[in-house]
Amino acid sequence: MFDNNYFKLNYVFLSTKFYPLNLMKILVCISHVPDTTSKINFTENNSKFDKNGIQFVINPNDEFGLTRAMWFKEKLGASVDVINVGLADTEPTLRKALAIGADKAIRINSDPKNGLNVAKQIAHIVSSESYDLIIGGRESIDYNGGMVPGMIAGLTDYNFIDKCISLEINNGSVTAAREIEGGKQIIESKLPLVIAGQKGLVEESDLRIPNMRGIMMARRKELQVVDAIDEDNSTCTVNFEKPKPKSEVTLVSSDNVDELINLLHNEAKAI
Amino acid sequence: MGILIYAESENGKYKKDSFEIASYARVTANKLNTSVTAVSINANDPSELGNYGVDKVLHISNDSLKNFNAAIYADIIKQAFEKESSNLAILSSSANAKYLGSLLSVKINAGYITNVIEIPKGFNPLTVKRNSFTNKAFEYAKINSNNRLLALSKNSHGIIENKTSAQIEIFEVTLVSSEINVKSTEKASNKVTIADAEIVVSGGRGLKGPENWGMVEELADVLGAAIACSKPVSDLGWRPHSEHVGQTGKLVSSNLYIAIGISGAIQHLAGINSSKIKVVINNDPDAPFFKAADYGIVGDAFEVVPKLIEGLKTFKSENA
Ligand SMILES: Cc1cc2nc3c(=O)[nH]c(=O)nc-3n(C[C@H](O)[C@H](O)[C@H](O)COP(=O)(O)OP(=O)(O)OC[C@H]3O[C@@H](n4cnc5c(N)ncnc54)[C@H](O)[C@@H]3O)c2cc1C
Ligand SMILES: Nc1ncnc2c1ncn2[C@@H]1O[C@H](COP(=O)(O)O)[C@@H](O)[C@H]1O
Repeated sequence: MFDNNYFKLNYVFLSTKFYPLNLMKILVCISHVPDTTSKINFTENNSKFDKNGIQFVINPNDEFGLTRAMWFKEKLGASVDVINVGLADTEPTLRKALAIGADKAIRINSDPKNGLNVAKQIAHIVSSESYDLIIGGRESIDYNGGMVPGMIAGLTDYNFIDKCISLEINNGSVTAAREIEGGKQIIESKLPLVIAGQKGLVEESDLRIPNMRGIMMARRKELQVVDAIDEDNSTCTVNFEKPKPKSEVTLVSSDNVDELINLLHNEAKAI
Repeated sequence: MGILIYAESENGKYKKDSFEIASYARVTANKLNTSVTAVSINANDPSELGNYGVDKVLHISNDSLKNFNAAIYADIIKQAFEKESSNLAILSSSANAKYLGSLLSVKINAGYITNVIEIPKGFNPLTVKRNSFTNKAFEYAKINSNNRLLALSKNSHGIIENKTSAQIEIFEVTLVSSEINVKSTEKASNKVTIADAEIVVSGGRGLKGPENWGMVEELADVLGAAIACSKPVSDLGWRPHSEHVGQTGKLVSSNLYIAIGISGAIQHLAGINSSKIKVVINNDPDAPFFKAADYGIVGDAFEVVPKLIEGLKTFKSENA
């Protein structure tokens, strides 16, 4: 029990008693999305996503971010809140985040029409709660907006790092990496900060599945429901359309690869 | 008035994406009977944009802007947007453009739509078609606000030449401060990236182990292609994470995607479906990939790929 970690944790604990503001406050934005295996269908004249029979999960990009937040909590001492802008049906997803180890969940009661709307709701909470670090995902795998974290940064004037693939924080100084085409960039920055995270932030194998104890504890944690502020209507969906069914594949015999080359050149004009 | 684009350059040279959004903006501007203005930072030859229909270039040359910084660049585009009294700005989907896009949308108070794949369907209000649900569906979305911002998907419009003589105007800007500092950039300089490649060659678990990637590399070499892989291949450490494509990895929208020993799981297909032509090589005729592909060979990759490399070498020498 009296190993190094024990002392480190206690040290953080003690120091926070003296400097309660030192404890880093983290907010993780959780988007509630259809499981990756879902078949996508629409209802109401193709204007709404059909939730019927769909299993919902924490957006994969947010799962990486949540796991990194847990690491900060355990290694450096931090409080971790999770937030979602959605209706009551997203609560099981927030409970899952609590079971993974978040301290408190916030649901802003609104069925968001667009990314800016989500960002405005979250920025409004941030304006009174002064988080040091806001973690979102690179994009949600449903609407693929890829915009909410940057908009939160824009609205709150926090620093912002997109496509973040590693994040270290030391006494308020940030060292992070961002993915670029064909490589990465090492960035130094300061808190307060918003990141849009993705795979790399932690390894796939570090992702946590809630255990029994976590699930029991999550039941007793606070899930605060907050009223939405004014809806933003700058963009909205008109309708959805499914891709046309694919035409049959053209099979080529494995003894005749030249035929494939010929087709790719003359028919597909791809080489 | 007019449409404003951000023409991104790297080491003084415009990216392909910039010519694509210029071409897109030109067609859109013609429908609106308006002009196209480009913001250009530290490019060597701004007049080049005239080849793709840009009427005016706001040219900025400033050493302190050598490193891309999303907050500072977004503010510069905002200054241009206001100076031109524009109400429609168009970005590409490069990593930098996406990075600054969300910041810019807040700064100019614009409704923002990403992943746009076609010329607007309507203008009152502006209505566009976009990819959503990671290529499993299309969405028509409209912008109700006065100011509007679009990000165009890569390779969705193509580059169209349209020679005008772009008027070059030196643009003086004020720089905001930023607490984001780039310390270093690590980038393979001579490799085609998955995002920019015309052709992508991708390997899956069917290739058995990292030691078998030699033939994938050789095939990519012959085709001038980028290399990608399925998720388990990167999870197993056979290939770097940066090559993982699919719903939770990179998206591929190349002209040609060749999948070798990849089963075609829904999460994999979601990420590559917007590629134009898909080819699969798999020894299992029931592999789901055959339902998603345009061309396929049922066969052992270890026999087919070397034959394909030889065949392509001959093809290249004959068509050189
Ligand atoms: C939340 C979640 C997200 C995911 N995201 C992604 C993602 O982004 N990208 C992704 O790729 N996957 C993703 N997956 C994983 C996906 O479900 C599949 O498991 C994965 O794509 C399978 O990879 P594979 O095709 O390489 O391997 P396998 O499914 O093992 O397929 C190997 C194929 O190789 C063929 N084969 C074997 N030997 C040979 C040979 N000698 N010659 C030719 N063919 C041969 C086999 O017939 C088989 O079809 C995700 C899964 C989950 C749960
Ligand atoms: N409704 C939401 N509630 C909370 N966070 C969200 C919501 N939608 C998006 N986000 C966050 O923003 C990221 C990017 O989402 P998007 O801009 O929708 O692609 C997600 O990974 C989440 O972290």
